Formats: sequence, C-alpha cells, structure tokens
Amino acid sequence: MTPAVSLRDLTRRFGDVMAVDGLTFDVAPGELFGLVGPDGAGKTTTLRMLAGVLRPSTGDALVGGVSVARDPEGVKHRIAYMSQRFGLYTDLTVRENIDFYADLYEVPDAERPARLQRLYHFSNLGTFEHRLAGQLSGGMKQKLGLCCALVHQPEILLLDEPTFGVDPISRRDLWLILHDMVAQGVTVVVSTAYLDEAERCDHVALLNQGKVIALDRPAVLQESLVGDMLVVRASDPRRALERLRAAPGVRRAALFGDTIHVTLDERARDWPGVREALEGAGVELLDFHEIGPGLEDVFMERVAR
Amino acid sequence: MTLAVEVRDLTRAFGDFVAVDQVTFDVAEGEIFGFLGPNGAGKTTTIKMLTGLLAPTSGTGRVAGFDLRRESEAIKQRIGYMSQLFSLYGDLTVEENIGFFAGLYGVTGPRLAERRDWALEMSGLKDYRRRLTGQLPLGFKQRLALGCAVLHQPPILFLDEPTSGVDPISRRNFWDLIYEFSGRGTTVFVSTHYMEEAEYCHRLALMNRGRLIALDRPAALRARLTEPILEITTDHGPATAQALQGARGVIEAAMFGRAVHVVVEQAASAAQTLPAWLETRGIPCRGVTHVRPSLEDVFVSLVRLEGGAVAG
Repeated sequence: MTPAVSLRDLTRRFGDVMAVDGLTFDVAPGELFGLVGPDGAGKTTTLRMLAGVLRPSTGDALVGGVSVARDPEGVKHRIAYMSQRFGLYTDLTVRENIDFYADLYEVPDAERPARLQRLYHFSNLGTFEHRLAGQLSGGMKQKLGLCCALVHQPEILLLDEPTFGVDPISRRDLWLILHDMVAQGVTVVVSTAYLDEAERCDHVALLNQGKVIALDRPAVLQESLVGDMLVVRASDPRRALERLRAAPGVRRAALFGDTIHVTLDERARDWPGVREALEGAGVELLDFHEIGPGLEDVFMERVAR
Repeated sequence: MTLAVEVRDLTRAFGDFVAVDQVTFDVAEGEIFGFLGPNGAGKTTTIKMLTGLLAPTSGTGRVAGFDLRRESEAIKQRIGYMSQLFSLYGDLTVEENIGFFAGLYGVTGPRLAERRDWALEMSGLKDYRRRLTGQLPLGFKQRLALGCAVLHQPPILFLDEPTSGVDPISRRNFWDLIYEFSGRGTTVFVSTHYMEEAEYCHRLALMNRGRLIALDRPAALRARLTEPILEITTDHGPATAQALQGARGVIEAAMFGRAVHVVVEQAASAAQTLPAWLETRGIPCRGVTHVRPSLEDVFVSLVRLEGGAVAG
C-alpha cells in the first residue's frame, strides 16, 4: 500500500537551530497519526512543511504522492491544513464562514447542502448557524475552523494542536469529527502536546528537539516500558516519598496530589518493598496498587536514555 | 486547620445571566486546589472574585483572612498570579524581568537582592541571569514566571493552565517546586482543562453552569463512577458513538482510538443489551470489554448528568 504521507530525512534549519532534524516515517492511508511532543519539539514546523507552506532545508516528503520540496503548490490541492491561527472571520456568521471557504475551494453548489449537513451533525454547530464567529467559545471556534478546513473533502487532513485551550467536552466533539473523517477514508495527521490525547491515535511519533524518539502504536509503546508502576498512599506523603526514593529497586518516585507514583526497576517485578521501605519511618501505609504506564512515562523514559 | 479561602453562597450575575451561582467551598492552608469545568462554567468569574478583581453580587468570602467585598486591596497584596501566557518580557533579561516584577509588588532594598537570588536559585536560572528571556526554552520561562509571581512571598498562588505545552520532564520539575511551596504552607489554586495537570492537585472542584457540581480528592472522584466503562470494538466508531449518545441508560459515549468508550448506569446489563441494540440499528459490534474510568471520563460524565455544558 502506498503511504499517504512519506517523510524522508525531512529537515528544517532556522539559522543555527535544527527545528526538524532528519524525520523519516510513513503514514498509511486512512490512518489517524499523532505528532506528539512538547512545545519546541518541531511539530508545527513539520506540519507546515507537509502542508507546502514552508520549504524543507534538506530531505523531502511525499504528501498524496506529491513532493513538498519540488511541488508545494500541488500538495495544497490534496490537503486541508488547520494551523493554530486558523483564519476565521469574526464578523461573519458560522454559516458565512463555511460558505466563504466552500467558495475558496470551489466546492460545487450541488454538493454543498449534504456536506453542510454532515459538518453540522458532528460539530453541533447547526443551532449556532447565524451566530457571529467572534461570539463563539474557544471550543466552538476550533470546531468551526475544522468545518471550514473540511468543506472541500481533502484526502489528507493536517491539524496543528486543534484542541489547544479547548475544554474536555468540546475536545470529545473534535475527536469525533476526526474519527468520522478517518471512517470516510481521510488520512489525518494531528499534533498535540498532550500525551493522554495521543493515546487516541492509531500511530504516534514522539518528537523531542526535532527528532523522533519513538514511533509505534500507543499500546505497543506503553507495553515497551520496562518495570512496573505503583501508586502508593501514605499518611505523610513527603516522608514516604523520601523513604521510597532511597529504597533499592526504585527507579523514580514522585508526588501526585496526595499519592506517590513509584517506578520500579525491571528486576523488581515482584517487589515486596513498599511496606519494608516505610517501616520504622512513622508513616502509615494506607493503600498501594499497580497501574499501567501512560505515554508520558514512555516519553520520560526515552528522553532520559 | 487554618483556611486560606472560604466562600459562602458566592454569586455573580451579569444582567440576567448568573455566571456564578451560590458557590460554597473552603481551601485549607497549603492545599493544592484544582479548578475545572467547560468554557463558560464560571471558573474565571470565580477566580476574578477571589483575586479581588470583581465584586460579588451576593454571598460572602474571605481570602487570606480578608473580606472579598471590603478588603480587596489587602487581598491583592497577598496573592501571586501566573497565567498560561506568562506576562514575561521577551526582550528583557531574566534578571531584568525579576527586577520589573519586584517593583510591581513593592519588593525593594535589601529584600530585593535576597528575593532575586532566591528566584534565580529556585528556577535554576542562576547561569542564565543575563540571557534574554525570549531565548529561553518554555520550561525555563515557566519556572521564571513562577519565581516572578511569588517574589513578594504571597500566601496564596493562582495558576492558570500553568504547564500547557511543556514537556513531561519540565512539568515534573515545575510541580516539584509547587509541592515545595505547598509543603511550606503556600496555598495553590490551579485552573486547567487538562487532566494531566488536575492529577497533581490534592482536591478538585468541578464547575458547570455556574454551580459547583463536585469537590473531592482525585481518587475519590474516580471512585464515584462506580460502574466500569464499556469499551465497544466496532468498525463504525463514529456512528456507534453518535447512536449511543441518545440511548437509554447511557450517560456518555466518546471515541477512544478506534473504539468507543461508554459510561452507563449499569455496566453488567448494558454489556448484555448494547450489542443487540446496536445491531438493530445496523451497527455490528465486535466486542465489549470493561475498562477503568479516567479522570476525564468522570468529569465529562458529571457534566452530562448535570444537563450538559452551556454551549459548544
């Protein structure tokens, strides 16, 4: 199967700064692919190159079979790109904004009503059709931006942190729209700084300082983490933390609210040590249980390596 | 137990619209208190009243021992505020930013030198004191913004989505600092949309439509969703989620990866009936398993049970 997006040593420098440093990976058609990493990891720069709005310094990417280095204009017909500062007209209504983008992308009149219906259905924006875009909440603006980007039914959808600053309720609507696109065969590449969100993707590339530090299905990455994790509750969390940090077999221990998260070495899988570590410290052990690692733990582990 | 914040029936109306509706809660000294809710839930209005920027329409409250209505100036001197768009000046050096905020907060003389050294030490920026702030990585900026917000040693600190966009290691370092403050008695108020930040709090308050709908420790809130979540495997995820959102006994249905996560009133019976119910609507279902609710599932369910968010 030909990949929908294929990066080969894609690199972008800004002066001395390597914003994106030799990225090589493929995104399969119809996949929901996450570009995941903190601010400054190179997510936005990568998406801008894939969208044909920024030229690579070296390397190339094929997007819908078109080279971003040689034919950036050709790429633009295959994709929709929603940047962090997607242009909505605040003095136009919801409907007028969508119509504007439909005109821009030359969507045939006959196809418009059905498409509008589908976009309204998933975004729940239909009841706000006549509201000015400037008067929408942050989450609704993001959904409207997405509707505008999707009005021409692109093969590939590139989204730069669409859920930034969006509350959990609106965020679920946004993910529903993305999954609906995927169900229709659209390939979606989405960036996020939030690792819990990345768990919703089919594949993720974890980026740090312009480089890929991990690339796989989220579940596989989580399983790859050696060592177990425990959540411990004790009567005096600070004292318990000190004791646990000093205990053999503990790789890392940190406070989380009134609990302590403990990462153990692999060899300590049958670790009996929680009680022993806290014995004689004047700390009462209230409760402890195992938890599965999140992508955040994977990220910490890979960066620390 | 000394209370850092106590509010009783705090209410704020804008014309006919009641933004904050009889909210009552206490925050203990040294507590890390998380504030969550959808847009328009009344979080910002509440924080504006607590920080003395907005007068309540009715109700009472004390912050750091001072009355919200009559002593808002005294309150302003006893709080620190750090927003997600930290107000640091990118074209000033680290040291100059500290000097600027010290001036704002009235920290002068020998105390200035002492607090500046403390802030540089605390934020790990001693070797970067003459660097332009705009050139620092985001994690460093965040620690500097925190240092600047507490130069005047306020007993109460307000943080607005403090670690948005930083890497997990910087976030960990940031929270280690917050725990240190909290250990020394500083009360910390955190407002956020992200469960990754909420997990760090001692207690969480959830607001919806102006009212406080839940207030408890993260683990206790999780325990409230006594029924496990059903994970439905299907080739038609979006259609399944949409169909289930209106179904009887279903509180919430959302996409999670390719699967659909469903919060139901009774998991055991729903696991039996939902596959057939979906089949009759032409949606084949490949399997149903039980999974553990996340904190986000808990919050979204609570909001749905309260009749949904205001809009969007």
